[in-house]
Amino acid sequence: MANDHVDFEAAEGEVHALLGENGAGKTTLSNILTGLYRPDEGEIELFGKRIEFNSPRDALDAGVAMVHQHFRLVSPFTVAENLVLGDHRDVGRSFVLRPRAIEARVEELSHRYGLAVAPRARIWQLSVGEQQRVEILKALYQDARILILDEPTAVLTPQEAGALFETIRAMAADGRTIIFISHKLHEVKSVADRVTILRRGRSVATVPAAGATPRSLASLMVGHEIEAGRRQDGGSESGEAVLELEEVWAAGDRGVAALRDVSLTVCAGEIVGVAGVAGNGQRELAETIVGMRPATAGKVRVGGRGVRNGDPRAAIGAGVAYVPEDRLGTGVAPGLSVASNVVLKAYRKPDVSRGPMLRMRHIRELAERVIERYDVRTSGPNVPAWQLSGGNLQKVVLAREFSGEPVALVAAAPTRGLDVAGIETVHSYLRDAAARGVAVLLISEDLDEILMLADRIAVMYEGAIVGERDARVATVEEIGLLMAGGGD
Amino acid sequence: MRIERRLRQPWWLTVVVPVLSIAAAFVLSAFVLLLTGHPPLRSFHRLFDAAFTGNGALSETVVSATPLIFTGLAAAVAFRMNLFNIGGEGQLYAGAITGATVGLLLAGSPSPLIFAAMIAAGAAGGALLGAIPGILRAFFSTNEIITSLMLNYIVGLVLEYLIFDSHSYLRDTSGFEASVFPQGKTLPDEAIWSSWTIHGLVLPLGFVLAIAVAGFVWVLYSRTRFGFEVQVIGDSPRAGRYAGMRTRRKIVAVMCLSGAIAGLGGASQTGDFRHQVDPRGLRAANYGYTGIVVAALARYNPFAVVLVALLLGGLQNAGFTLQGADFPAGLVGVMQGLILFCALGGELFVRYRVRFAW
Repeated sequence: MANDHVDFEAAEGEVHALLGENGAGKTTLSNILTGLYRPDEGEIELFGKRIEFNSPRDALDAGVAMVHQHFRLVSPFTVAENLVLGDHRDVGRSFVLRPRAIEARVEELSHRYGLAVAPRARIWQLSVGEQQRVEILKALYQDARILILDEPTAVLTPQEAGALFETIRAMAADGRTIIFISHKLHEVKSVADRVTILRRGRSVATVPAAGATPRSLASLMVGHEIEAGRRQDGGSESGEAVLELEEVWAAGDRGVAALRDVSLTVCAGEIVGVAGVAGNGQRELAETIVGMRPATAGKVRVGGRGVRNGDPRAAIGAGVAYVPEDRLGTGVAPGLSVASNVVLKAYRKPDVSRGPMLRMRHIRELAERVIERYDVRTSGPNVPAWQLSGGNLQKVVLAREFSGEPVALVAAAPTRGLDVAGIETVHSYLRDAAARGVAVLLISEDLDEILMLADRIAVMYEGAIVGERDARVATVEEIGLLMAGGGD
Repeated sequence: MRIERRLRQPWWLTVVVPVLSIAAAFVLSAFVLLLTGHPPLRSFHRLFDAAFTGNGALSETVVSATPLIFTGLAAAVAFRMNLFNIGGEGQLYAGAITGATVGLLLAGSPSPLIFAAMIAAGAAGGALLGAIPGILRAFFSTNEIITSLMLNYIVGLVLEYLIFDSHSYLRDTSGFEASVFPQGKTLPDEAIWSSWTIHGLVLPLGFVLAIAVAGFVWVLYSRTRFGFEVQVIGDSPRAGRYAGMRTRRKIVAVMCLSGAIAGLGGASQTGDFRHQVDPRGLRAANYGYTGIVVAALARYNPFAVVLVALLLGGLQNAGFTLQGADFPAGLVGVMQGLILFCALGGELFVRYRVRFAW
């Protein structure tokens, strides 16, 4: 259940922030408000009238528009043409496309709200920030009274974000309602009038932004109830450093720095948790350690020896196991059999291949052993991997990674999408690995998971490690504050 | 009616569906024949006779099928890794050129040596040509479909230049006739590939080589580390990278292998059948492009490539034999089209099942 009896209201001319961690239900809620999903229970009232949206178009007609995180624009078209596209009331209804007819109105709107975009520019020529302005213009052009902005600053530079906040305030001053979805505390503080905090699909509180502090918001966001279940054994007294990162920088997919000067040490037998809101460099961190993403500066060392930069085979050779976030597609080759996926890395080793030839019998036996030992539910080793359920697939990945007898293990979101039993299994494997002296780096957006398993917690925010805490004494509030960029 | 993905694919489907698809193609062809006023059963019988059972028909079919096995295997080898090498045509020309050059250069040497050298040269010529789109794809992310396709035209023109527009080493410049009607230099007798006759069935060296290559490809792709890497990268390049495979090298290697196999087809054309570089004949035959069809129909399985090549080769051969007033000249083409259509359509039933809901 993504939304569980959420109560939420926003007034005319108000900027209302929805704050919550990943998976708290923000996106689901906005999808309900824009008619994409239908609520199973409860009702929506608009300007005092009860309404029911059967499709996004109903919502649009009622004046509710959304600016998605991933833009819905046609890139070879001009700005004006994109505005006409979504328009089914006025110019857009005529058979002949007359984008010129709306250029004047576009100019007027963009002038009034400080949304500088040339109406005749083609989308592909625009920067990300400009494209976002087009999305907002699209909503305004359709006379939206309520605008929902889904993490609008995630793709913006700080300057662009500043300009966006100006626009938001101008729109609110015009009597429009802005629903601003975010998980960054300082933004919420600076732009919103009121804040509703969602946690696990429930609305936990609505507070005026003026009176709130980052600390109070953070504690509402992550909650208190998870103090129990904390790792008590304290881990074996940690051994020597196994995995070391020294001032590592790396570029993200868009080319901007996604890792900024990250230094981190994981010792033998220790579980270090990396906490953070998604998209703050965790994926890049994992990929850089395992060589799938070259570091632009800095060093990764395993067992005291440098690992060749950007070479996954070197990392595997150094004993780094990796449970990737993207199971199907990276962690396994989905079209290949379970047996093939079990030997995905080990196929080079002498017990699996002799010279250029594979030892098919050994591979089959190996796969059968793994299936039995890790209790993978499948009808046989020849079943293609994509047919396995998420939990069973993860077992295959873990089995393979452990069978390589690693000295270090990087696990990224290892329990995402698994059911309770699957989560338990994965957790026990991770604990076992640490008990056997493996240095475990657990990257997870689930703070509970990290608090439960980790000895030490490193918090990432915007590509940097903004704080490290001993997991036995760290408080949820403290970590939550760091995650939201409100730390130190 | 709903179409949904099959959760499991029973093994027999991969046999039953192609067979039924071909049967369906024959049924559709029968309609075409009826419409044009030809008795379907008798026409099919004549076709079958001319392709397989008639006097010497099977030997002719083998001749037609041999180049298709090579180009079919060449395509299958690359397509397995999701590398769309459309350049089989040009790689075959390249093999024909290098094979013929070596055959002419080594005139007077013992035959086995010449055969081995021609085979090696043909493979090398095709591999070199295949390497170009391979390297471009691996290191510059160029679309290999376009580069390999364009190379076909380039090599095709080089082929014509060598015989028609220049006094190259490969051109026959000996007599008066040769200067009026340009043609390739004929290979010396010792460079003409051997063949074996078993109960009247003639098996040329190239055909035997093609079968051997099919066996080699099967072993390579199902039993070796190389084949394992190709399968993984073909299925998910990210998984390949994750597992520490050298993806770029593998792309180049597979393109070279694919080119080499097509090049062998070219060498076989020269050594087995044409005995000279024959630009018009090679370009008109479209072996490279037909090979793509063969590979697709065979679902990239090397042994199925051999069977499909024999089937299409038989049809082609029957078409030549039966051409005439009482046999519809276009029938063979129509049937080839229908077989392709039905086989590719049949694929749907292997991967998906159709449910009727009412």
